[in-house]
Amino acid sequence: MTTSAMLILDILMVLSLLSLAAAALATSDARRSVILFMAFGLVLALAWARLQAPDVALAEAAIGAGLSGALLLAAVREQPRPALPDDTKTVHHRDHSSPKLLLEWTVTLLCIVVAGVLAWALAQAFDRAPQDTLAQAVNENLATSGVSNPVTAVLLNFRAYDTLLELAVLLTAVLGIFALGPARPGYRAAGPVFGGLVHWLVPVLILTAAYLLWVGAHAPGGAFQAGATLAAAGVVLRLAGQRTVGLPQGRTLYLVVAAGVGMFLVVGLSLLLLGRPFLGYPPAWAGGLILLIETAAMLAIAATLVLAFLGGRPQPPRTNVTGGKPLATLISTLSPRSRQGLSGADAPGAEPHKHFSEDNSQC
Amino acid sequence: MIEIMSSLLIVSGLGFYLAGSIGLLRLPDLYSRLHALTKADNLGLGLLTGGLALYTQDLLIALKLVLIWLAVLAASAASAHLIAQHARRRETQS
Amino acid sequence: MLTAHWLYGITGCLVVALGLRTALLHALLLHRLIGINVMGAGVFLMLIAVAYRGPGVAPDPIPHALVLTGIVVAVSATALALALARRLTAEQDN
Repeated sequence: MTTSAMLILDILMVLSLLSLAAAALATSDARRSVILFMAFGLVLALAWARLQAPDVALAEAAIGAGLSGALLLAAVREQPRPALPDDTKTVHHRDHSSPKLLLEWTVTLLCIVVAGVLAWALAQAFDRAPQDTLAQAVNENLATSGVSNPVTAVLLNFRAYDTLLELAVLLTAVLGIFALGPARPGYRAAGPVFGGLVHWLVPVLILTAAYLLWVGAHAPGGAFQAGATLAAAGVVLRLAGQRTVGLPQGRTLYLVVAAGVGMFLVVGLSLLLLGRPFLGYPPAWAGGLILLIETAAMLAIAATLVLAFLGGRPQPPRTNVTGGKPLATLISTLSPRSRQGLSGADAPGAEPHKHFSEDNSQC
Repeated sequence: MIEIMSSLLIVSGLGFYLAGSIGLLRLPDLYSRLHALTKADNLGLGLLTGGLALYTQDLLIALKLVLIWLAVLAASAASAHLIAQHARRRETQS
Repeated sequence: MLTAHWLYGITGCLVVALGLRTALLHALLLHRLIGINVMGAGVFLMLIAVAYRGPGVAPDPIPHALVLTGIVVAVSATALALALARRLTAEQDN
């Protein structure tokens, strides 16, 4: 691409990023704000792709735009809906009292100063020639790291300790979510259109997640993107009214959620016992160990993100739905209801009566 | 030659996107806006992927692009249906 | 440095300022959460702009790893914050 065309693309991307961020933050309607935030996340993923960060682009599209937006929308669903969609154009309590105005202007000035300081720091960083000692060290040691994707090598080998702590942060968040209450109310069972989409989408998502996990060793991909894709499959199942969402029940769920940190610790401590440093893989075993850790991390990340979408402790399943076999329960719950939905879809009021749902869904 | 054809396809795809966006802004009703947006945007995406597939001249990449288009088609059809169904339910409830 | 560095870097600074303003000033929790997420996105923009090395050259992989970790941590923190908010409103309502 010629430099002037790239410059036009860059300027357009930067302008849309700034205007989407400003629009998402300026509106007072919560739903509009969340949807604009999702659009901001998608344009941001494009920006990562343009800046030659494909791993980050995949993760941003899946997690930053997709799952973050789904989480926020699920939270917004609990708030009362405004009566008319155009009512929310008026700005909320525009308080013209002078202390309020003074506070607003002071904070705005503070934010401008923060932006100025950051820009000055950026200019200082750009003034010097890039000291690529770290990047050179990564390139030199890439051959013995067990993978050929440098980002995966940094995440899972050179800075594996940081990834261990990150998975511990995820585990802490899940423990907090568990402790705070039961899961959000579910959704009504899907009709034929959505049910049909979910029917083939979930296996494709699972396959894509396995592919992303495998390909992360030598191309953009890895455990985080794969975990996010699996979590997307779980979210889509939840939206289709599936109760168990493919999560294991009881103690197995705790095992899966702790599997990321657990596998890291098992590998690290075994290496300690063998006389090597903590998480210092022997070069012959590095590829296999990284794949092992990434598989456990993928399952843990997927379970964590689905539990985050559920919003609390998952409720024990009803007696006629057996947990643990997600695909079988999906088929058994979807096919009889889709036939019911087909006959009931024409009458607008008939569907809530046909599809039982003991959770009161507010949509 | 191939570049000219793929550019034509891409530009016509963008024209359909523009038509869909104008429909989103100008049409009066939720259902008509949904209809215009879904139809025009998906056709625009089809033309866009056709132009890109022609440009890359690599069979695997072209197949992946067509797969992307089909997946977006199915997802946007399902979501348009869900939005319209939800709006209909809200209308008949209130 | 390259134009892309400056463009995306300064955009990152501005986006951080926008997010910070909403995170400090807005009355409702959801908007403040979105503000904090937007601040995070601004920081990631700055990091990846610094890691960019030009069109043909491989970028620096370490800021990419930092941003990847940051994205996952941000979403889990958002999830915990939403669960806390839900419990808080439930406690205040009874």
